[in-house]
Amino acid sequence: MKRRDFVGLTGLAAGALFLPSFPGFGGTLVDPARLLEPVMDAGVNKRLADAALNAAKSAGATYADVRIGRYLNQSVFTREKQVQNIASTESFGAGVRVLANGTWGFAATNTVTEAGMAKAAQLAVQIAKANAKVQKEPVKLAPQKGYGEVSWKTPIQQNAFEVPIAQKVELLLAANAKALDNGANYVNSALFQVNEQKYFASTDGSYIDQDVHRIWPTFGVTAIDKQSGKFRSREALSSPMGMGYEYMVPKAADKIAGPAGTGLIGYKNSYDILEDAALAAKQAKEKLTAKSVTPGKYDLVLDPNHLGLTIHESVGHATELDRVLGYEANYAGTSFATLEWKKQGKPYGSKVVNIVADKLQPNTLGAVGYDDEGVKTKQWDIIREGMLVDYQKTRDQAHIVGQNESDGCCYAQSWQDVQFQRMANVSLKPGTQKLSVDDMIKGVDKGIYIAGRGSFSIDQQRYNFQFGGTVFYAIEKGKIAGMLEDVAYQANTQEFWNSCAATCDESDYRLMGSFFDGKGQPSQVSAVSHGSSTTRFNGVNVINTARKVG
Amino acid sequence: MAILSKDDANTILKKVLSFSKADECEVTLNGSSGGNIRTARNMVSTSGAVDNVSVVVESRFGKRSGIATCNEFDDNTLRRCVQRAEEIARLAPESPEYMPMLGPQTYLQPNAFAQNTAGITPDYRAKQAGASIALCDQKKLSSAAFLEDTAGFVAKRNSKGLEAYQQYTNLDFSVTVRTPDGTGSGYAMADYTDIGKFDAGRLTQIAADKAAGSVGAKAIEPGKYTVILEPAALVSNSDASLLGALMNAFDARSADEGRSFLSKKGGGNKKGEKLFDPRVTIYSDPTHPEIPDLAFAGDGRPRQKTTWIEKGVVKNMFSSRFWAQKSGIDATPPPGAFIMEGGTQSTQDLIKSTAKGILVTRLWYIRPVDPQTLLYTGLTRDGTFYIENGKIKHPIKNFRFNESPIIMLNNLEAIGRPQRLAGNLIPPLKIRDFTFTSLSDAV
Repeated sequence: MKRRDFVGLTGLAAGALFLPSFPGFGGTLVDPARLLEPVMDAGVNKRLADAALNAAKSAGATYADVRIGRYLNQSVFTREKQVQNIASTESFGAGVRVLANGTWGFAATNTVTEAGMAKAAQLAVQIAKANAKVQKEPVKLAPQKGYGEVSWKTPIQQNAFEVPIAQKVELLLAANAKALDNGANYVNSALFQVNEQKYFASTDGSYIDQDVHRIWPTFGVTAIDKQSGKFRSREALSSPMGMGYEYMVPKAADKIAGPAGTGLIGYKNSYDILEDAALAAKQAKEKLTAKSVTPGKYDLVLDPNHLGLTIHESVGHATELDRVLGYEANYAGTSFATLEWKKQGKPYGSKVVNIVADKLQPNTLGAVGYDDEGVKTKQWDIIREGMLVDYQKTRDQAHIVGQNESDGCCYAQSWQDVQFQRMANVSLKPGTQKLSVDDMIKGVDKGIYIAGRGSFSIDQQRYNFQFGGTVFYAIEKGKIAGMLEDVAYQANTQEFWNSCAATCDESDYRLMGSFFDGKGQPSQVSAVSHGSSTTRFNGVNVINTARKVG
Repeated sequence: MAILSKDDANTILKKVLSFSKADECEVTLNGSSGGNIRTARNMVSTSGAVDNVSVVVESRFGKRSGIATCNEFDDNTLRRCVQRAEEIARLAPESPEYMPMLGPQTYLQPNAFAQNTAGITPDYRAKQAGASIALCDQKKLSSAAFLEDTAGFVAKRNSKGLEAYQQYTNLDFSVTVRTPDGTGSGYAMADYTDIGKFDAGRLTQIAADKAAGSVGAKAIEPGKYTVILEPAALVSNSDASLLGALMNAFDARSADEGRSFLSKKGGGNKKGEKLFDPRVTIYSDPTHPEIPDLAFAGDGRPRQKTTWIEKGVVKNMFSSRFWAQKSGIDATPPPGAFIMEGGTQSTQDLIKSTAKGILVTRLWYIRPVDPQTLLYTGLTRDGTFYIENGKIKHPIKNFRFNESPIIMLNNLEAIGRPQRLAGNLIPPLKIRDFTFTSLSDAV
């Protein structure tokens, strides 16, 4: 039994969609006005960071870095006509990571004074030296030049914390009303907002001040047929974004019509929650009487709001070098895409599969100027014309694959957690030939169109996966032919990506993302985006998930 | 400072309450201190220490509620924290689900704290991790492990006279051992209130044996098989699990609202209905000596010994106080951990009585597919074996399953002896017609 169990207890009763009683993301609950108060001052931070770096060096560290972090979060939860919970949280403190006797040590403190920082640095060195006794190979860091005093900020138009809570509540309740007016029995909605104010300094001579923003509106709509006892849900087709409140203000130019016959709308860099909630209610009701899928092989046409999760699980995680090397073997697992497998030159996917890792792309969850070990971020190819060409790496991993620079993939969820390798934005490049979704569907004889995230599961080496979705439509002889239910597809990562037949052009490209991607022990969350255009996969095995119980 | 005595905690709680000007005020102190060490590739990768105490103040004016927290204990900080909770409460909308704070309660007295666990040092962690690594070095195997220990307390007091205090300790250890060529993998996990019996080397040996035994796995056709599910295939502290999912679904409100497997056609819920094999009994008891738990829920409600499923019949569901009042039922809080009654047979005994079947060590990446039927999917991992004529014949490749715990607990063949895992007490189960839907190449 742990504290997190105790905290989580009230959430247990809240159902699978949301945990409305959860008081926030951690940190101290504060008045919302506090989220706009400036606290971090680069000059003061430099002095504090130097205290830690100097103490670490004096205690015997050969390298040290410091992260002074102020992590601000706000969540608003509603259901039907009422507010369930509003929480504004602040977490402030510093983490010191050191290399001593060739071994990592880490300690964190919320006593952010020169003395407190020095004490944390000394403790980190003490831990490193204790662990060095059972260490065999010294940690080797890729060289990294110091950047001096630099800064970076997510290019937001409106800080979400500047928007009054009443306005956010009003918007969520209006979305709930749209869902109820259109036939939903229940609706839960939520808005998550994050601001990471991070100051990084290292013995390499970097002093990096960053201000990172993220936002995620979402909901779940449930329709019930009391007579039969059947219920169905439809989730929001929004995406978590590395943006400010401007994402919540819908713009016509950001809307892309879904396939003819579905009524679906895809959202680019702004989201119309009212429109989506109304459609969600209609679709949740339609799902109650939709035809149950006949299992078999189908050509799948996957919307970016669905495909993003498939990319995340089957490419993003599979190409994290720490997993490839075995550092995550006891929890998330390893990867089939080992260094030996890469050497064999087997195709990961078909020629149309070009996948890029990216920490620069605007509006993405992973976009930062520098990672959490002071490496300037970049974009690089992971899969080129179907072939695996590279992995995602941190400074202490680059030498293992014969490289001499990190990819800037180091991240910690807060000041009190140690930074480690996390996924960059990993995205499928759009097709270079002009191709719309409707044109793609015209070429499909027997297929299924899938939009939205649903159930997802993949093995610990990223071979075998099963994905569901939020809405499914039959495609017959080049046309959408009504809604389907009970759909899940099972595939092997390499077979699946090798069956990739075509991807739509750039005009269809959209982001989706994971706001709470878990990894590591103790587990940490990170946020990451995945961009793609609607993409076709041929001959994928579809199963029927309907069961009879009671 | 992380673990305050009852008296020290009360001094702070009383002081905070004395600052309150609200209609109702409740103060909770949470403190914990502990650490962790992580290894991979037979080396230490990360380790850390955590120490924190926080105060949570909930203030209410009528049906308006505000919550604020702080982690410093001088009078000014505490006073400001109370003021902030009151300011937030004044601005909050009235809660249509308001329930008055609880008055004095009587709690059970679980013995959930062990001094030797609270006394763990960084050297102890390094020594245990070192023992695990040394065993794998010697056998030329590769291990990755995680050890995490916590000692903590929770204290609560409110303006209506509620008083609660409890200390607890816990240690979790898990280890994955792989053969150097990546063709074999084994796993072991355990958790303890008292670390007297903890031995990382012994657990690593179990994982190492499974790793060696799983080399040379053969593919067999997916389909319906008789399986023996070891406890680590039924509950988990790092993933969703089949029995955890079942217990999480015992919420009365979801059932009454029509969106649960416990919802009844035409309305209402299935309390009192027989939904499982008559040998299935699941209950919770915070005073159980093998899995002592907190005696109160997050909102201060006492946790009593509660039977959720008795001889296959749904006996109780948990509920918020609001929903309980609205629907005229007892406001039973959700369990912190649960106990599935079992027999005396070991996993080995279950294997002996199996003509043909599959031994599943562990299930992984378990996700809901259909909440209506509690259908879940996931995969076997870290040691899956074919059984023939009462013996393990050979290792087999991993499978993906699509199965519902409701169906599973109706297809019960035999129940083994319960053991502690992830804070629960869970027996190995023999199940017929467990549905595997595809093969996985993962090791």
